[in-house]
Amino acid sequence: MLKFPKSTVLIAASVFLSNPAFAEKLGLGRAALPEEIAAWDTDVRPDGTGLPVGSGDALIGEEIFADQCAACHGDFAEGIDNWPKLAGGADTLDHEDPLKTVGSYWPYLSTAYDYIQRSMPYGNAGTLSDDDVYSIVAYILYSNDLIDDDFVLSNETFLDVEMPNAAGFIFDDRAQAEYSQWSGDPCMENCKAEVKVTMRAMVLDVTPEETKAEETTAVVDATPEPVEEVVVEVAAFDAELAKAGEKVFKKCKSCHQIGDGAKNKSGPVLNGIFDNTAGVVDGFKYSKVMRKAGEDGLVWSETELAAFLAKPKKYMKGTKMSFAGLKKEKDQLAIVEFLKSLED
Amino acid sequence: MSDNKTGNSPSRRAFLRGAAAAGAGALTTSTASAQTAEPLITEVQPWAREFGDGVDAVRYGLPIEHESDVVRRNVEWLTADTVSSINFTPIHALDGTITPQGCAFERHHSGAIDLKKEDYRLMINGLVDTPLVFSYADLERFPRENHVYFCECAANTGMEWAGAQLNGAQFTHGMIHNMEYTGVPLRTLLEEAGLDTAGDLKDKWVFVEGADASSNGRSIPMEKALDDVLVAFKANGEALRKEHGYPVRLVVPGWEGNMWVKWIRRIEVTDAPVESREETSKYTDVLDNGIARKWTWAMDAKSVVTSPSPQSPITHGTGPLVISGLAWTGRGTITRVDVSKDGGKTWETARLAKEGEKMALTRFYLDTEWDGSEMMLQSRAMDDTGYIQPSKAQLREVRGLNSIYHNNCIQTWLVRSNGEAENVEVS
Repeated sequence: MLKFPKSTVLIAASVFLSNPAFAEKLGLGRAALPEEIAAWDTDVRPDGTGLPVGSGDALIGEEIFADQCAACHGDFAEGIDNWPKLAGGADTLDHEDPLKTVGSYWPYLSTAYDYIQRSMPYGNAGTLSDDDVYSIVAYILYSNDLIDDDFVLSNETFLDVEMPNAAGFIFDDRAQAEYSQWSGDPCMENCKAEVKVTMRAMVLDVTPEETKAEETTAVVDATPEPVEEVVVEVAAFDAELAKAGEKVFKKCKSCHQIGDGAKNKSGPVLNGIFDNTAGVVDGFKYSKVMRKAGEDGLVWSETELAAFLAKPKKYMKGTKMSFAGLKKEKDQLAIVEFLKSLED
Repeated sequence: MSDNKTGNSPSRRAFLRGAAAAGAGALTTSTASAQTAEPLITEVQPWAREFGDGVDAVRYGLPIEHESDVVRRNVEWLTADTVSSINFTPIHALDGTITPQGCAFERHHSGAIDLKKEDYRLMINGLVDTPLVFSYADLERFPRENHVYFCECAANTGMEWAGAQLNGAQFTHGMIHNMEYTGVPLRTLLEEAGLDTAGDLKDKWVFVEGADASSNGRSIPMEKALDDVLVAFKANGEALRKEHGYPVRLVVPGWEGNMWVKWIRRIEVTDAPVESREETSKYTDVLDNGIARKWTWAMDAKSVVTSPSPQSPITHGTGPLVISGLAWTGRGTITRVDVSKDGGKTWETARLAKEGEKMALTRFYLDTEWDGSEMMLQSRAMDDTGYIQPSKAQLREVRGLNSIYHNNCIQTWLVRSNGEAENVEVS
């Protein structure tokens, strides 16, 4: 156990002394049932306590990762935009701006298992099987060059994995390293010979501005012109293709909800998105460019949607959508067809 | 957190210029030397002639529209998405110490969830005599307590480690709020489940987690759990807000905000820490040599001048000036705050509005005269352990430049002769 500052130890001692004098029970609440405890008590600890029986490897993990995780964390766990980078950063911790990833920083592998099984994939948490979680953890390890692709990660091999930064942490030592220096009688007069401004926030200029009224109310009068060809596209609906699109949509659903009771998540609700003006889903906070595109008359036709989904960031620089894109044309067409089927 | 250093905000400067100009105007109308009688006084005004709103015009009130700029604000480039993000309390515009819930900062890891009281369950399990499940109604039948505590995110002021970055007390110091909580001591609930099974409590822990998708699990040593941790369901007299964990959150006095688990659903007595994501990969402090400190739970003494500050410039010209700010410590009570107008060469002791309270915000004032000359305003807090709030240079000397969390350095505002203020670093 770590050492507490002295004052804390005193408080703690008095707390423990009163142990025998615990208050009488009020008889409130009810006994938790074993299956209830099993449902909620899923934490996994550094010594492997709590790991379920299961296994997976990096090859299986790569596929699951591409489907479930890559939209935010990148195909190679390198991270997209501000989403966490899970791989890389080895030997950067003592450099300027260290890169703290599962491989370079996390001291325990159990932390990755624990967090992924309870909180991932983002927006659809708690839906992965135990084997899926082992596979994803294996893929993250593989992406960090910590295991080979034939290593099977399981509850039995879990503790064989060595985490590079396992010894990289010390307990809070502020009491020794800081408190004694920063106490006593503070200086009140002639504390410095000279004071100069060495850095100014306004030079960096990263403080957010107030949202300007003209930005949100701008140019709505440019009524989007009705596009005749859209009518043709709606008529040509391919149910088979839409069905294939529903499968592809798995890549999207951690951020986009559809159907009855759908709510905006990291991405807007997609009911009725096809053939509609861009950037107009109620209550969703779009990027400036997306809003502007809608105001300028962008309509999500078959062509525009497919182009956007192929390479979102190339199609629309500045979009909030962090999805890397659908490489296969087949997938692009399928998902557009599926989106057509979602009525507002 | 991104280290994005781009962006451009000419309109911010325009805003500041505007504020200062308005101040110059105010000076001519607000002093005792008016040359002509003011119509505001000599003519009957509409509000003095007609009716105002009847009761029930608003069943639950928001601040009057003239205060609509006193709101939480987000710094978009910091995070990837608002569901895992933070915004900032408008501390530059508040006074006293209690933070109204509606503008108290939010920090979510997977969004603020909608959890009804009737759907709420709290489980206590692990090394207890009888694992229990409580409903919300059960919690209200335990003896409860009221305490005022500050809640500060460990990342408050974190963007300032490497240099002066964000221009406003709201952004540099606004990941903090201070509320009066009503709740049941965690100790009471643990005793209800029984701790005999746990044996010697000295090396035991509780693992606490929330009902949201992030669950934000944290391990808390048993000493703290039995000392002053509250399972709280009211703040400032009313139900917690959705964004602060409705219907029930944990209150961990003086310790980093991440441990104040919202929507708390489970408390497990364990014989070791879980070493969750939030207590290993996050909320740990990387030192210069690459070694990281962990379990840096207590928030050290800290203070900031909230006015004048970049978002709250001096608009009244020279003469009487109230310099005001907040001080707090997670290790006891604030005993003294000093203010410097010259960047730390000389200091004067400020007046505490009330005696410091344990692990709660303390308001300080320096009632002074301003001659219109440039000031480099700083404040320096001291607590009852004898600790003195360090300068940024002192912090960096020990911790280097790569830390993010637990930055409690002395803040400097450069106040110009026109009353505008800017976030700066000084030698």
